[in-house]
Amino acid sequence: MAVSTSLAAGKDPLTLRRLLTTPVAGPFAALVLASVFFSVGTDRFLSGGNFSLILQQVMVVGTLAIGQTLIILTAGIDLSCGAVMAFGSILMARLAVHQGWPPLLAVLAGLLVCGAFGLLNGLLVQAVPLPPFIVTLGMLNVAFALTHLYSEEQTVTGLPGTLTALGRTFPLGRTDVTYGSLVTVALFLGFAYALGSTSWGRHVYALGNSSESARLSGIRVGRLTVSVYVVAGLVYGIAALLLVSRTGVGDPQAGQTDNLDSITAVVLGGTSLFGGRGTVLGTFVGVLIVGVFRNGLQLMGVSSVYQTLVTGVLVILAVTVDQLSRKGTR
Amino acid sequence: MFPRTRPALSVGVACLALSLTACGSGSGGGSSSGDAKVGLITKTDTNPYFVKMREGAEQAAKSAHVDLSTAAGKFDGDNASQVTALENMVASGVKGVLITPNDSKAIVPAIAKARAKGVLVIALDTPPEPQSAADALFATDNVKAGELIGAYAKAAMKGKAAKIATLDLAPGISVGVQRHDGFAKGFGIGATDPSIVCSQDTGGDQAKGQTAMENCLQKAPDINLVYTINEPAALGAYTALKAKGREKDVMIVSIDGGCTGVQAVKDGKIAATSQQYPLKMASDGVKAIVSYAKGGKKASGYTDTGVQLITDKAQTGIEAKDTGFGLQNCWG
Repeated sequence: MAVSTSLAAGKDPLTLRRLLTTPVAGPFAALVLASVFFSVGTDRFLSGGNFSLILQQVMVVGTLAIGQTLIILTAGIDLSCGAVMAFGSILMARLAVHQGWPPLLAVLAGLLVCGAFGLLNGLLVQAVPLPPFIVTLGMLNVAFALTHLYSEEQTVTGLPGTLTALGRTFPLGRTDVTYGSLVTVALFLGFAYALGSTSWGRHVYALGNSSESARLSGIRVGRLTVSVYVVAGLVYGIAALLLVSRTGVGDPQAGQTDNLDSITAVVLGGTSLFGGRGTVLGTFVGVLIVGVFRNGLQLMGVSSVYQTLVTGVLVILAVTVDQLSRKGTR
Repeated sequence: MFPRTRPALSVGVACLALSLTACGSGSGGGSSSGDAKVGLITKTDTNPYFVKMREGAEQAAKSAHVDLSTAAGKFDGDNASQVTALENMVASGVKGVLITPNDSKAIVPAIAKARAKGVLVIALDTPPEPQSAADALFATDNVKAGELIGAYAKAAMKGKAAKIATLDLAPGISVGVQRHDGFAKGFGIGATDPSIVCSQDTGGDQAKGQTAMENCLQKAPDINLVYTINEPAALGAYTALKAKGREKDVMIVSIDGGCTGVQAVKDGKIAATSQQYPLKMASDGVKAIVSYAKGGKKASGYTDTGVQLITDKAQTGIEAKDTGFGLQNCWG
């Protein structure tokens, strides 16, 4: 804190304050510091190829984390995202490989089914109503079981090119970038716009801050909630496509810890678990923090348990920051 | 609106400090810098079997003066973490990677990418599908491991009619299928012979093994022989049998050779077990990568790292070593 205080008392308070009041500033500073550290610590971290690799590695969880951010902004939580994605991906793979569907149709079916899971989550949260934690905990198990039943525990191989197209690369400068990473970045930018500059986005924040005041100010809270869950479901469908394109197979075991990983990214990105505060760009930074640590520590030859340790400590720190800043606002 | 920035900055500072600590206490972090880097990716970090494997790799890496970096999946079956670890190791410039695939098929594209960059990939313990996807395989012959205890059980039954329970691994996982089939072959029956009166999956877990045995005893109380995929499952079965007072008249045979398992053989809870050697798999693997780094010769094909029947109640005509040997060579 001493460091930041001295920074805040710097010579150019206007621009500096603008920078520091951006909610992404804290996580972004953590990301930059970590990157600097790994650049000094290992000679292989600082290269275009390695950044492209990190982006590929985080694109699936990153995309899930977009949907997760939307739901957490409404003061909800989604435990089912990884399992829904796994079902979507195994559906796409099996329809295309075993049922002989045209690949594009298989992808569409996967997207729609993921969207349907979102719809079901949203309706249960809204109409019954049930706590999102419970609804999505149930849906986690449902989607998990359906994945294993439908896949017959078999990994699907020999996917058609259409399903793996997003895993292909194109040259950018001297490095190769996958199309899938571009999709992920585009999704982040798109949702940053949708949340920041559309009435739908403002309503989502209003709902997260207080659903009662949102209702009183004329927002159709029920419809809005359901729309958030459906959009999140469709985003999970895109994550499913990214998953099969990255690994080149349909894997029934995939996504088992991705729900927690996506929540980790959202929290590290400065979004409040209590709803109403945060940004999707922050989530992107949060995802990158995890990816940079995992990659950087591996490059240094540090075993994976330390990656888990560091991530865990960071999450607790991030939530502590959120809580302290809440007290500060009062 | 967002006055949380100041504390947030300190997160950055803290994480920098943290990563320094993590680096300082990490394994192999530049302490024995040599001319080759070797990677080891196991199924999980926590299973004693893989801990032993890591130990073997560390010993071999130390004596050959090469850097070893290790990684693991988060849970049994976690392919994504293994893919990421493999990519990061290739990016860090390893000469070769030893990997125990969590998913034999799903790991194949990632292995192909690594090999395309000239990295020697050796599968340990579990083959990829197809096996030729990796440069080489260093593993236990699981069919043989099953055959050894099958033949032992046949001899120990001394002609008595067998009512068999098999406590298996999980559907679709080759290790489990091979051991089960090997057991049946060694016992001289088909894999789905009517003398197998109960078959249940345990995931190799002691608690699930106990539940499975309880259910099997409910289904067929006259069971007198239990085959288990590994010793945790065997100990679960023993607990269930003991609760029914059946631990004396039901024979349990198993596979793995972990220290707890061999001790259970010594204590008479398990009649016999087939011991495998994860430490040898890893140390031989590291040696193969070092020789590739030095001479450019790639290891290939299948190397049987050996399996040994361990029992204190030897049967005539069945080659076996006692638990003294077993405890000296056990893992975990």
